[in-house]
Amino acid sequence: MRGYRIEEHPILKFRRGRVVKFRFNGVEVEGYEGESVLASLYALGYRVFSYSKTGRPRGAFCMIGKCSSCLARVNGVPNTRICIEPVRDGLVVETQSGLPEIPSETHGDVSEEEIEADAVVVGSGPAGLQAALTLAGHGLKVVLVEEHFKLGGQLVKQTHRFFGDTAYYGGVRGFRIGELLAEKVRASSNIKVLTSTRVYGFFAEGYLGAATVTGEPRHYLIKSKYTIVATGASERLALFENNDLPGVMGAGGAQTLMNEYGIRPGDRAVVVGSGNVGLIVAYQLLQAGVDVKAILELRDEIGGWFVHAAKIRRHGVPIKTRRTLLRVEGHDRVEKAVSVAVDGGYNPIPGTEEAYDVDLVLLAVGLQPSYALLGQMGAVVKHVPELGGLVPVRTWSMETSIPGVYVAGDLSGVEEATAAFLEGELAARSILEKEGLADGGRAEVLHYLWNVYRMSPVLERARRGKLSVTLSEGEMEELRRGAG
Amino acid sequence: MSFRRTGVLSVEELARLGIIPPEERMKKKPVAMIECPEEVPCNICVSACPFNAIRKETLYSRPRLEENKCIGCGVCVVKCPGLAIFVVDLRGEDALLTLPYEMSPPPAKGDKCLLLDREGRVVGEGEVVKAWSYDSTWAVTVRVPRDMWLHVRAIKVVKNRA
Repeated sequence: MRGYRIEEHPILKFRRGRVVKFRFNGVEVEGYEGESVLASLYALGYRVFSYSKTGRPRGAFCMIGKCSSCLARVNGVPNTRICIEPVRDGLVVETQSGLPEIPSETHGDVSEEEIEADAVVVGSGPAGLQAALTLAGHGLKVVLVEEHFKLGGQLVKQTHRFFGDTAYYGGVRGFRIGELLAEKVRASSNIKVLTSTRVYGFFAEGYLGAATVTGEPRHYLIKSKYTIVATGASERLALFENNDLPGVMGAGGAQTLMNEYGIRPGDRAVVVGSGNVGLIVAYQLLQAGVDVKAILELRDEIGGWFVHAAKIRRHGVPIKTRRTLLRVEGHDRVEKAVSVAVDGGYNPIPGTEEAYDVDLVLLAVGLQPSYALLGQMGAVVKHVPELGGLVPVRTWSMETSIPGVYVAGDLSGVEEATAAFLEGELAARSILEKEGLADGGRAEVLHYLWNVYRMSPVLERARRGKLSVTLSEGEMEELRRGAG
Repeated sequence: MSFRRTGVLSVEELARLGIIPPEERMKKKPVAMIECPEEVPCNICVSACPFNAIRKETLYSRPRLEENKCIGCGVCVVKCPGLAIFVVDLRGEDALLTLPYEMSPPPAKGDKCLLLDREGRVVGEGEVVKAWSYDSTWAVTVRVPRDMWLHVRAIKVVKNRA
């Protein structure tokens, strides 16, 4: 099997950990400490990690523990998302077929812990990190819960320098911001960090329930006066024939492989969607040594910012507007992709098919907010197409219809990372104000977010969407009475 | 076809947007071209310029270059997050073009390179005359045929492997 490790990269240096040995379907394989099981296997050329009930192969898709594409059996435990399972010596990993049997024996005792804090922050992307640091910086006791084994959310795989203002990390590469903030969080004595831990629900008694997703089974009941939910968003699937074939991956999934782990996600690629995510991932593919055949865009115009489009155009990547993916072909992995032109009603025009000899098809067709937890908690949500789907209704302070429960980042409506930092800080400063710890910072952040940053014409759509779900305190009170 | 459809600024669009420096100015010393046609919420170039030659009225308005303050140093070339700034030097016989570069292999003085236009078409061969980097982004100065300074916007470095 050929290796997919990236040896030379213009931006990133990959510091690989100690070699670990584990078994995959009975074969001894090697990976590096610090990476996920899936990453180690992908680097060796494995592409199929699971089979559907009807026997269809499934591969890597989201790479951040949000989808069900890579469910495998690890040390006998079925339904393990191997994309967020840290690789370690002696693991036994097996592909899973269909719905697994419930294991007859449990693995050790589950330990319990009750935690009390001033605030709990769910999610450690830009919004969660900024919120946790702001709260902790003013003396509040914070619990930060993250389901991945690493902090940083999607910052860790952004190699480009962020736009914006230097006050909000403009000009710094995304992964560096992630490292910087994670370091500050680790250094703060006011923040208790729980990684590899998923908040699974909220109890009427006022507890958040959380449980480890790997390693020692541990159960937490967390009680806090305030909650900030910043669970982010996940990638949408596009509809075309064989869209579940391994090699069809979310754009972010490919970013995880190449930018976090230094693994080339393929040799030749097609990207579907020309929003900023599609444009940026195409550029990063070029940096990782992948031949990008085309970006397909259903609409008349490129979706993302011109500067991102120009970067890939001048390296010879075509952006094909009014064209979409018709199907992919291959036995147990993508071998070919076929696109088709569309008419004004986005219907395929027969006879306009174009085939690409590729092993990778990246979907960058939008993100949808991960609202499951907030929904279970009972927050009022509204469907806003400009924001990616169902998002919670909130006040100008980012408080949801549940008093004391705040929202920030992509979960509040999909936007750029800068908006996530700002919303995280706004939520945190609103809490500080309620606690009588205000220093005037809240009004400044609110002003900057709405009257400076979001006034950019390129953010008009998101601004409009967010305005449509932002209520005054009075309106929210009315909604709460109605919702109760 | 507008740049919103193609991802490519045409010479007409560059002229209309006021991105092409005046001819008189070009003869004096190197000068930056800021190919940033949209109102994006970013002001990194403003703080990057050591000579305060770049202005933005708001965080998102289009950047304006005060050509008389610009000396063509290239600091903005490596700091612009959109990799949208180029420096043109038309004082000599050949044109010297400084462009941002974030690909492999790393460039070095004397390297041969293929010259690519805004659509990635190979439009000639050039030579790296200077290369320096900031935070992994290279500012590469290449010698290009005089009539190509407005068209070349990327390079493919060709290493002589002896």
